[in-house]
Amino acid sequence: MKVRVLVRLKPGILDVQGAAVKRALAGLGFAEVTDLRVGKVIDVELGAATAEDGRARVGEMCQRLLANPVLEDYTIEMADDLAPRRAVR
Amino acid sequence: MRFGVVVFPGTWSDCDFHYVISEVLHEPVKYVWHRDRDLDDLDCVILPGGFSYGDYLRAGAVAGRSPVVEALRDFVARGGYVLGSCNGFQILCEAGLLPGALLRNECLQYRCQSTHLVVENVETPFTRGLRPGQVLTMPISHGEGKYHADPETLRLLKDQRRIVFRYADAEGRVTRAANPNGSLENIAGLVNPEGTVLGLMPHPERAAEAALGSTDGLLLFQSLLGSLVEDGSFLKR
Repeated sequence: MKVRVLVRLKPGILDVQGAAVKRALAGLGFAEVTDLRVGKVIDVELGAATAEDGRARVGEMCQRLLANPVLEDYTIEMADDLAPRRAVR
Repeated sequence: MRFGVVVFPGTWSDCDFHYVISEVLHEPVKYVWHRDRDLDDLDCVILPGGFSYGDYLRAGAVAGRSPVVEALRDFVARGGYVLGSCNGFQILCEAGLLPGALLRNECLQYRCQSTHLVVENVETPFTRGLRPGQVLTMPISHGEGKYHADPETLRLLKDQRRIVFRYADAEGRVTRAANPNGSLENIAGLVNPEGTVLGLMPHPERAAEAALGSTDGLLLFQSLLGSLVEDGSFLKR
């Protein structure tokens, strides 16, 4: 089972990395960017009897290690959600 | 007092702490490997600076769940002392042994420089030999030292007088300009409710001999060892 975890800084926490990237984009002429925040993608493959089990286990992983609840929010996407998505080259 | 210096893969201040404790303070000290769970023969555990497990995922995240840090919970519950410096502070926060978290420096730069710290609480085992408002000089060396806590946690830290050190200027004034990393209210170090666990971003072990420019780092150890006299000068061992 493939599960994708998206981890991002909570709203209200200053993302200095995002701010720097936004400034760099402005330097390249992308002045229309009004906000930019950098997060993390964590792709997890695991064995689980059902999608619900898999989601629950990955949720535990997020709470115990993958995200820091003081700073970060996370969302979990299941393989079904991911399937239609194709990488843009 | 028996000290243990924890070594994770990627720790870099372990030898400095070991040297200061054994050669400057002449106290018994040993290294503790990150897989060890036996801390029974120790009185104080040091979590040194560095890049434990490469700081992968987040600074201190993996170390914060390591066997030795799990054992540290019982050690703290038994009243053992813990000093976490730099990466050690990040690890204590990641492990939940101290509240809050440490974020990327606001300036986005890795900062390696001397800082002044004003002492706010002299009723902890690590600061009991100091004067309130005393200014210490110690270096910092980190990329992720911006302390963050939610408003409720910050209020609790203040109510319980758990903020021990703030970045200040040479006169002890807590100013924006003296804040090297954008840390919340210039917080440089704090303790647990019992005062037995201290986390700080600066490096006391790098300010422990006159040749290094400051001996203020020794004051934390001397406080802990109870070997300071009233006027702040050292008792000769």
